[in-house]
Amino acid sequence: MTKKITDVICPFCGTLCDDIEVVVSDDGKKLLEVYNACVIGTEKFLHSQSADRVTRPRLHQEDGSWKEVSYDEAVEYTAQMLAKAKKPLMYGWSSTNCEAQSVGNEIAEISRACCDNTAAVCHGTTLIAVQDIGLPSCTLGEIKNRADRVIFWGCNPTHAHPRHMSRYSIFPRGFFTGKGQMSRQLVVVDPRVTDTARMADIHLQVEQGRDYELLDALRVALKGEWLPEVVAGVTAEKIREVADILKSGRFGIIFFGMGVTQSLSKNHNIDGAIALTKDLNEYTKYSIMPMRGHYNVTGSGEVFAWQFGFPYAVDLSRGFARYNPGDTSSIDLLNRGEIDAMFTIGSDPGAHFPISAVKHIAAVPSVCIDPHLTPTSGVSKLHVPVAFNGVETGGNCYRMDNVPIDCRKVVEPPEGMLTDEQFLIKVRDRLRQLKGAA
Amino acid sequence: MSEYLIKNGHVFDPVQGIKGDKKDIAIKDGKIVDKVGSGAKVIDASGKTVMAGAVEIHAHIAGPKVNLGRIYRPEDKLFSCTPTKGLERMGAGASIPTTFKTGYEYAKMGYTTAMEAAMPPLFSRHVHEEIRDTPIIDEGAFPVFGNNWFVLEYLKNQEIENAAAYIAWLLRVTKGYAVKVVNPGGTEAWAWGLNCLSVNDPVPYFDITPAEIVKGLIEANEYLGLPHSVHIHPNNLGNPGCYETTLDTMKLAEGYKAKNKFGREQVLHLTHTQFHSYKGTSWADFESGAKEVTDYINKNKNLTIDTGNVTLDETTTMTADGPFEHHLTGLNHLKWANVDVELETAAGVVPYIYSPNISVCAIQWAIGLEIPLMMKDPMRCYITTDHPNAGPFTRYPRVFKWLMSKKARDAQVNAFKHKDKVLSQTSIGELDREISLYELAQMTRAGPAKSLGLSAICGGLKPGMDADVAVYNFNPDKPVANPDDIETAFSRCAAVFKSGVQVVSNGEIVATGHKRTLWVNAKVKENEQVARDITEKFVKYYSMTQANYEALGHHFVPNPYALEVDATQV
Repeated sequence: MTKKITDVICPFCGTLCDDIEVVVSDDGKKLLEVYNACVIGTEKFLHSQSADRVTRPRLHQEDGSWKEVSYDEAVEYTAQMLAKAKKPLMYGWSSTNCEAQSVGNEIAEISRACCDNTAAVCHGTTLIAVQDIGLPSCTLGEIKNRADRVIFWGCNPTHAHPRHMSRYSIFPRGFFTGKGQMSRQLVVVDPRVTDTARMADIHLQVEQGRDYELLDALRVALKGEWLPEVVAGVTAEKIREVADILKSGRFGIIFFGMGVTQSLSKNHNIDGAIALTKDLNEYTKYSIMPMRGHYNVTGSGEVFAWQFGFPYAVDLSRGFARYNPGDTSSIDLLNRGEIDAMFTIGSDPGAHFPISAVKHIAAVPSVCIDPHLTPTSGVSKLHVPVAFNGVETGGNCYRMDNVPIDCRKVVEPPEGMLTDEQFLIKVRDRLRQLKGAA
Repeated sequence: MSEYLIKNGHVFDPVQGIKGDKKDIAIKDGKIVDKVGSGAKVIDASGKTVMAGAVEIHAHIAGPKVNLGRIYRPEDKLFSCTPTKGLERMGAGASIPTTFKTGYEYAKMGYTTAMEAAMPPLFSRHVHEEIRDTPIIDEGAFPVFGNNWFVLEYLKNQEIENAAAYIAWLLRVTKGYAVKVVNPGGTEAWAWGLNCLSVNDPVPYFDITPAEIVKGLIEANEYLGLPHSVHIHPNNLGNPGCYETTLDTMKLAEGYKAKNKFGREQVLHLTHTQFHSYKGTSWADFESGAKEVTDYINKNKNLTIDTGNVTLDETTTMTADGPFEHHLTGLNHLKWANVDVELETAAGVVPYIYSPNISVCAIQWAIGLEIPLMMKDPMRCYITTDHPNAGPFTRYPRVFKWLMSKKARDAQVNAFKHKDKVLSQTSIGELDREISLYELAQMTRAGPAKSLGLSAICGGLKPGMDADVAVYNFNPDKPVANPDDIETAFSRCAAVFKSGVQVVSNGEIVATGHKRTLWVNAKVKENEQVARDITEKFVKYYSMTQANYEALGHHFVPNPYALEVDATQV
């Protein structure tokens, strides 16, 4: 007999779908089927079942081979590395739960580390813009129930957040949006004709890297002021048409992604987008929301903020928390060669950081805590595989709209495997002994 | 657990009517006791003031909007970061300190219980995670009900029993403490960019008025017999002339009597009264309405209030009154954050600088002090700064100084740029009253504890109560040479005990105690209609499934303390 578990949370993207159903074997050891999830989510669940999974920590040998070690040896290596380092970097955190993040912060405090999450290469620029100008936002259910104008700017949920549109933003029939998709007008701003753009009522094919100009032009159009004939590759006529559509809605939402946060102008784009949202609130009701990537990158920012005061790029090396993106942010620290130990958890800087930064990771003592084999685990000295969070262990996570949802454990991890939190607790306790901390 | 004897202090305890007599306070097994053995550790409190641990009735110290404030205000951390020190974790933030710093700061000032004033139910896990990470102090959190769709629908049909059953359910799943109401109806209207500025403005679509919401929630609260009353932030906050809306709101409580087993006497708690006591028609003729408001409260015994004192600092305003924060950003042009929460509420955050050089800010400061000075019964008026809205809670000692010393008030009035305006628009210059230590203990201990329904547990030093005790370096026998000495004395305690554990010694943290999360477990008759309505709303309108809504487990509430309420026989 198999068992069906309902209301399971998908630990993949920031959409954090919580209506997944999985079928597990009677002994609770095998995950057999996944329902309701998108292809990526399904794959994430099933991947935990792969036969060739690494289940024990491995130490990189000088000849390039890996030697299996015990968790205790891995704890010792990690604690020693952090104890000896003058300025370790503890990076990642976005694919683990808040409980592990909390323990990680204790470790960071004892070892006076720099702490950062994947916002560094993602929505860090958004956070900077929010610190400039604020953020009028809402929860995803508000969009489902009320939104009649939906804008996707520089993001492609069809591929990156596949169930976002059906659960919250385009198709669902909410309280005041009984006709579902028919209740909403969809505007997509993207230089490419993406699959999301194909669904749009209006696709503004902005010239690459000219988002700031287009955002500004929309603000001008809202006020009915003069515009040049073409801005950012879009005609003034079209811009005015879109401005009227935005203005005439009852409840609007702007979703934005990497296309604006990590292209030319970076945080200034987001400044502009938030200013546009603010302006629209003079006429009607508007919100704006970043399409956060990892399923718990938001949670990492929250935990950093309530424990240290800042959402990312926190430097504890002076014994108190400092925050100065560009100075205390991961890539900059690595590129300047300031880091003398690298601790990675729940993320893959090896695949996403510039090669200059990855080379520095390879040059210093390093630990990678990740259930998967990744480019980061490949360049790290020690790879510690752990239980899949959200599959083999539960724990709190924050959705892209900051709503906390407690993940569920659905199957047992392979025998003897530790969770992120369990491993970190061992490291913390050993580090305390080494440092003589309280 | 160890025994303690706090010897020879000047004890102020309104619960037992002790007004500064020299007395010994004995502590054993976490409780105040009559006497302890000779082995008890003695704390010499001669020449010092001894009070119960203070009780914070209204502060925004944990949860999504507080953390949004932390995230979007790095400038609040300038010069306010503290290093790891002994047992203390790192801290940061002035108006919105990190959770650890929040716990330490409260404890060092002698506070041992605090209430988070607005918990969006959908975010209850977040609130509880932060509460868990706030050391030492016992905390509870008030879920917001005034714009909740269930409440609006039940009350429109006058289904008090159903509203009560829903409240009981929500308190249980969110581990909440009381019924909080913020801008009733107005925040729902804000979802469409609108507001309800009077108690009779209908809520869009739901077609119910704020007055009906408030009355219905009072009835549901008393139907259940909850420890605390309805806790109200009325409509029309912060606008010139708003005192009339405040009076209209309080009048809704007329004729209601408290029904509960916790010793609470009020049916309505009016919060941050300062923000609701403005007369005038514009910012130009802005003046105090403190007299009109306190006159009414003095006459009506079924009300309690807290003050919401402006402390003249740079701070961060945050409230579930979404439309107000939008209005505020239009006034001061500082950055605006907003979160609308599906089916439940909203919140806004805007930084604010209460400058002594701006006449309106100075008048707000005066109104905040007029209210407690005009209140006849200190057991019904509690000191708050609506942290961080009118100022950070760390400024309580300064507020105490202003209340306890006319000299200190005059010095501040004289320092204002628009002194004449402050004196002409308020009566602060004519009020000679100085709050006594006994009254202070009523306003910060016995009073709020009673209002919260906690009078059997905290707020006093009667044997059998929790051993929450604060010892201040303040000798009531000696005349106060300089009012600043009051502020210094109340800023850092000589000793603080929380549930019988010494947590502060000479102003330093010496233990982190066993903090508890206070919540109310109200039992009602099985109610199939409400159960069905809840299921329907989750299936159709929430973005989360019902099974994932409840804040369950050790991670969120590691050390719960439930106040049991049985309304099954009503």
